Amino acid sequence: MNLHEMTAHRLHELLKAREISSTEIVEAVFNRIEAVDGTVKAYMTLTREQAMAIAREADAAFKNGQAAPLTGIPLALKDNMCTSGIKTTCSSKILENFVPPYNATVVERFRAIHTPLVGKTNLDEFAMGSSTENSAFFTTRNPWDTTRVPGGSSGGSAAAVAADEAVIALGSDTGGSIRQPAAFCGVVGMKPTYGYVSRYGLIAFASSLDQIGPFTRDVTDTALVMNVIAGHDPLDSTSVRREAPDFTKSLVNDVKGLRIGVPREYFVEGIQPEVKEAVAKTIDLLARLGAEIQEISMPHTEYALATYYLIAPAEASSNLARYDGVRYGYRAKEAPDVITMFKKTRSEGFGAEVKRRIMLGTYALSSGYYDAYYLKAQKVRTLIKQDFDRAFETCDALVSPTTPTVPFKIGEKSGDPLAMYLSDLFTIPANLAATPALSVPCALSKEGLPIGIQVMGKAFDEGTLLRIAYTIEQNTDVHNQKPNLAGAAGRDAGGPAKDAGRAHDTGRASGKDVR
Amino acid sequence: MAYIGDYEIVIGLEVHAELLTESKLFCGCSTEFGAEPNTHVCPVCLGLPGVLPVLNEKAVRYAVKAGLALNCQIADFSKFDRKNYFYPDLPKAYQISQYDLPLCRKGKMRVMVNGEVKEIGITRVHLEEEAGKSVHSAETILGSDYSKEDYNRTGIPLIEIVSEPDMRSPEEAKAYLERLKTILQYTGVSDVKMEEGSLRCDANISLRPKEATKFGTRTELKNMNSFRAVQKALEYEAGRQEEVLRQGGVIVQETRTWDESRGVTISMRGKEEANDYRYFPEPDLVPVVVERSLVEELRAELPELPNSRMERYMREFGLPEFDADLIASSKPLADFFEEAAKQCRDPKAVANWVMGDFTRLLKAEEIEADRSKLRPRHLVEMLALIDKGTISGKIAKTVFEEMFATGKDAAIVVKEKGLVQISDEGEVTRIIDRILAENPQSVTDFKAGKEKAITFLVGQVMRASKGKANPALVNEILRKKLAGL
Ligand SMILES: [Zn+2]
Repeated sequence: MNLHEMTAHRLHELLKAREISSTEIVEAVFNRIEAVDGTVKAYMTLTREQAMAIAREADAAFKNGQAAPLTGIPLALKDNMCTSGIKTTCSSKILENFVPPYNATVVERFRAIHTPLVGKTNLDEFAMGSSTENSAFFTTRNPWDTTRVPGGSSGGSAAAVAADEAVIALGSDTGGSIRQPAAFCGVVGMKPTYGYVSRYGLIAFASSLDQIGPFTRDVTDTALVMNVIAGHDPLDSTSVRREAPDFTKSLVNDVKGLRIGVPREYFVEGIQPEVKEAVAKTIDLLARLGAEIQEISMPHTEYALATYYLIAPAEASSNLARYDGVRYGYRAKEAPDVITMFKKTRSEGFGAEVKRRIMLGTYALSSGYYDAYYLKAQKVRTLIKQDFDRAFETCDALVSPTTPTVPFKIGEKSGDPLAMYLSDLFTIPANLAATPALSVPCALSKEGLPIGIQVMGKAFDEGTLLRIAYTIEQNTDVHNQKPNLAGAAGRDAGGPAKDAGRAHDTGRASGKDVR
Repeated sequence: MAYIGDYEIVIGLEVHAELLTESKLFCGCSTEFGAEPNTHVCPVCLGLPGVLPVLNEKAVRYAVKAGLALNCQIADFSKFDRKNYFYPDLPKAYQISQYDLPLCRKGKMRVMVNGEVKEIGITRVHLEEEAGKSVHSAETILGSDYSKEDYNRTGIPLIEIVSEPDMRSPEEAKAYLERLKTILQYTGVSDVKMEEGSLRCDANISLRPKEATKFGTRTELKNMNSFRAVQKALEYEAGRQEEVLRQGGVIVQETRTWDESRGVTISMRGKEEANDYRYFPEPDLVPVVVERSLVEELRAELPELPNSRMERYMREFGLPEFDADLIASSKPLADFFEEAAKQCRDPKAVANWVMGDFTRLLKAEEIEADRSKLRPRHLVEMLALIDKGTISGKIAKTVFEEMFATGKDAAIVVKEKGLVQISDEGEVTRIIDRILAENPQSVTDFKAGKEKAITFLVGQVMRASKGKANPALVNEILRKKLAGL
């Protein structure tokens, strides 16, 4: 197996044994990027020089015995997290040349343990979308089938990890933006409990819903990333004052006695039969392994989508108002006065979906409509949260499909916003409830497309989710499969795909011995 | 002037005061006034993408203290909201403010107007952040080719104090502002300098027919840069509204700006009125929970406020109400008075100097009592010299001015300027003899029964002695001499 294909915990073993160096891993990853990113288009910006410099720091840290589990492991960041001195665009024309003067808290945390940053990944503009087709620059492709979308909005990060262009990645999840692309790209993706991971430096879409989380090749790596990013940050007032546990302690291949709820409302019409079947089979597996499966009801689920599309745009309309051309970012030319400058800048700088949501949100907050829309949505949000509270009185966790369908074709839904919104039907409720949820691969479709199962849990009970996901992973084979990108084009058009890295280990990385 | 023509005047005021915290409301930047533009800024107060606010606890304490000083109820549970509008000096395009759950509400304040005590309700006191400062290339933003933005002020904590529409005249409004300023000053939460913009006032005014119970349509006045301007703007606006109503017109609800140079209010219609601020709860901050124990702690920290100080001055120092109120209405002045009065056996004399010469000199220098070189001990020492007869009351004025200008001790000023009172009988007699010789007509007049002539002669003697002759001695010797002539 090539270095760029391995999991972080396997690479850590090899680094610790001094069999390989971080600089070699970073080289391997950049060679891989050169070979396939012309096809996949996961990255907005590559930061090779900085990555190599940090890899050298990492190698020194291993020499000095000061290495953490993710020291020296190549990381990709969704391009909506601020990186000091490195362009942070939100895949928007309005921030095309924006270079932040500061680092997001999550970036600082990885910087402190010498984790090399490979680059910034593509997203739907301002994280609004489910396919990366709303990026102002280009659409990322699904590594499993490059005619399909990788999901979104964190499609670039999901595709980067799936296509071995990064070992681990961070995304942000406002209504499913980590879990849906994780399911589409066949990787593990988790949205932690709201308030567990600092949002400082994450460019806001909807402040009360946004949460940063990991993309990884397996559940063990998810726990390792969580160990770095979770925990209180004094720079984020909504970050909880709570000590994060060692998440690797939850990597237990055992679900005996766990009460797992299956909410009836998540198995509605419109789910592709293959998806439904794959999830049902996984639930059967959990039952066979000793979990108590209960069918439950979460009656307000059907209102989640509508509620989300009032609250998220309302907050977005305010969060995105600062892009006015005065201080940074795009500024329209030839405006005779400041009001015209505001209008032209925003008309030219934002894409259609962003404008649609700003308008929706502005309307929902307008005087005379506030009570009927925003306030009512907040009340329904409380009801949805109560659905979760009630479910967790009898269940330790809930499972559902992550998405109703397998990855759809590029262009298939881009003209129909409502059809696109339905892609997040099952992921949105956990954002509204502020509870944790993850997606773990559970099967491949007949066409060879990934299918994910969503596991949802109580606030701050990521441990149980990791335990269930780990058990699924250890008892299925899907996570060992990789997309075939043999015919992929390199970043420089027409360049031959280079053979990447040295092979040190041909066996698959096992999670069992890394606890 | 509670009435104008057939109408009663109704006024409510909204006052913004910058809090005296060292750092801004949501970041660690300095609040220092007068720094180079854009030097007290950071990603947070510049509203860069991705930043989050962190509440300055001290600002909450200050706002609660102000609320307590204004007899408000302090909310157990309060929250911040976003007020959304576009303006170049507002980096996030929203101001973090408080909408429906302010920190303090339902307060009241007592104001003295023309010797009568009036109670004015305080609707609410809430906490919010300052905007930046636009410097336009011309007078107004619309007339300018370009504008520059200074974000040093952005994010400085403000309290907004909203009164009930309880004032019935522009004078009452001015008295309210003066007393509010005093209370904030006493509480130590704001330096209340209108000239530096740390205190600002908007006024709402409407008229209603005498005996009416419903309020009339109001206008909102902005851009008044002094208390005097507030009063003048209100007087003008009352007159304008009365004229409109008298001629059968209707008042349009609008914002009007005060033009100081022309002394008129001008409609700003179409600019402010179109704003829908789309308030909603600030999702980046958690609600503010003010524990009862904190409220009690802050209440205990409150200093003695002007009203109780006034009462104490009447009780302790025997000052008349007018004097006590006037001195208590400025904390620095009251502190000065109190320190001096404690060391004197005649507090009323101290009060006279403080209210008279001292206040006049402070005004001329445009400083407050705490910045004066003349300290309470100077006054105490000078009063002692008067008592001992070393200087006359008249000479003391000169000594006082010199002490004020230089900060020198009274005895030194008296010595350096040769101002010691002449109480030597021989010397006074010599001067009197000379004056009597030079003014035979006055002597004749006095002998003819014209009592006034002696006043003239005393004046001449004082003048000849450059004011230094002991007036009592002059009188005594002069009368003796005249009687003997
Ligand atoms: Zn700042």
